[in-house]
Amino acid sequence: MDVKEEEVLLSIRSLQKTYKTGDGVRDINLDIRKGELITLLGPSGCGKTTVLRTIGGFLNPDAGEVKIENQSILHLPPEKRPTAMVFQSYNLWPHMTVYDNLAFGLKLRKTGKQQIREKVEQVLKLVRLPGTEKKYPSQLSGGQQQRVAVARALLLEPKVLLLDEPFSALDAKLRMEMREELREIQAAGNLTMVFVTHDQEEALSISDRIVVMNSGRIEQVASPQDIYDQPSSLFVAQFIGRMNFLNGQASKDGIQVQSLRFGNDKGLAGEVTVAVRPEDMVMQDPSAAGMSGTVRQVMVLGHYAEVSVETPAGMTKVFLPREEARALLTGAEVHLGISRATAYSKTS
Amino acid sequence: MGWYARSLGKRKIFEFIVLLVFVFFFLGPLLNLVLLAFSGKWQYPAMLPQIWSLEWWSFVLTKEEVLSSISLSFGIAAIVTVASILICIPAAYAFARIRFPLSRWFLFSFLLTNAFPKMGLYVSIAVLFYQVGLMNTLLGIVLIHIVNTLMFMTWIPAAAFKSVHQAQEESARDVGAGPFRVFWHITLPMALPGILVASIFTFLSSLDEAQGTFMVGIPDFKTMPLVMYSIVEDYPSTAGAVFSIIMTLPTIILLMGARRFVNADVMSSGFQMK
Repeated sequence: MDVKEEEVLLSIRSLQKTYKTGDGVRDINLDIRKGELITLLGPSGCGKTTVLRTIGGFLNPDAGEVKIENQSILHLPPEKRPTAMVFQSYNLWPHMTVYDNLAFGLKLRKTGKQQIREKVEQVLKLVRLPGTEKKYPSQLSGGQQQRVAVARALLLEPKVLLLDEPFSALDAKLRMEMREELREIQAAGNLTMVFVTHDQEEALSISDRIVVMNSGRIEQVASPQDIYDQPSSLFVAQFIGRMNFLNGQASKDGIQVQSLRFGNDKGLAGEVTVAVRPEDMVMQDPSAAGMSGTVRQVMVLGHYAEVSVETPAGMTKVFLPREEARALLTGAEVHLGISRATAYSKTS
Repeated sequence: MGWYARSLGKRKIFEFIVLLVFVFFFLGPLLNLVLLAFSGKWQYPAMLPQIWSLEWWSFVLTKEEVLSSISLSFGIAAIVTVASILICIPAAYAFARIRFPLSRWFLFSFLLTNAFPKMGLYVSIAVLFYQVGLMNTLLGIVLIHIVNTLMFMTWIPAAAFKSVHQAQEESARDVGAGPFRVFWHITLPMALPGILVASIFTFLSSLDEAQGTFMVGIPDFKTMPLVMYSIVEDYPSTAGAVFSIIMTLPTIILLMGARRFVNADVMSSGFQMK
């Protein structure tokens, strides 16, 4: 991992937790910098929430170490950890007003009344809910409740803020707004956040780095750009974004897909799967090297069109600007080229 | 009137008649009871008492036995309620939160005491109480009453605890509260309506209990229902009417006071087997 030691705030080493069902996480190693927003992304059951709850103190790992500022926190109960968590739902206590919900933690810390009042007012302004102190959670909308929950966690000034799919219960539009707001708050306060989600779009849009997990292991840790452009494994390639998978042959000279040839950087051999993003497929002159195919379907999706082309290598999706797609008709013969591709060995 | 009835339709009229019959069966006896309690003379063909009087009220309320039975009953009911809370609330919390083998069967077993004919159960308990010297003692009566209250005092609060989401407890831990603080500030207040309803029913059922008290408490512990039996047997029905109003009052007052909490949801969620 490429994180310098002095920058590391939270470090996880060889974390392992196995449930009775056999699920769990293994070999989790992760270093998180101060001020970084890191996302744990994966399908449900991949263990991302297990990692988060272990950091928060709600699960005891079977083995491994979790350190914050070089101090082990594993022996601490949740109430003593320098972390705060925002849960997926049922975050607030319905029998308390917004003010009491926010002040509860501060009261436990013996903060003065005047100071609590100021802090609550301040944090409500930060999450854009000023003046809601006297309301009960049931009088707020889902998005507002989740904002109060974020505010409650922020008030504790945690060293690491943990968020467990905090926006998944909200509708799509609100989810986008909340993402932006969270990113602003995070950047303004230089906060360190660990964010769990199964929504790849959410992960790509807010993260500094993404940790892609699959069946209890880390598949790849990289920036959203790198995850998208250079998925390190077939799983990541399948999981993130849209992808075409074509059959190819690897040899010392390169990788051959139909009449197209790319460099073989990874030194693969034999049967390979070549992953190509739909936007990296290009329409070409019949004279150039490429794959010929027949257009089966053209779907206009806003500013671009999705074209399904049947080729000898399989059904291929191509994203084209809307104008270009207008000329294509179902049944037309086309010639496809590939501008960028990643190959994976079939055996692994 | 005719046009009004026709405009309502047959269905509406039928529903109205059903309601009237229901009200008559439900409130009729109560009304009769109230009239009887305030009557001095009420003979057959008259719709209302010929002479109104408070004579039997003063008779019942000046009877030493009656007054002491009222205070005894309320005292026992209070003790039974507090004791059942202390015994059953922790049990209810355990049923709601901790997974242990056969927990569902334990919960179900609380129903058993209500499945047998009560008298048979009390006789066998009485045999046991003779051996350990609990006959004719306050402790014996309290124990007999708790046998009856165990079920709803555990079931209803257990459902109330279950409805408090784990995330709500965890977020309280997260902001710095230890396990006991979490229970006191978060879980208990959120489950309070269910606990309150169960407590009220416990109090009322203890106030009402006659069979078990009769087996275990005679001769020294004469509670309201026991005194009522003797009054109904020994005096005119007017005295019985007065006394049954006195016995009904606490029920009505308590249920009115807790109307906000007592609803079908709280009750039915207590009796779901999950």
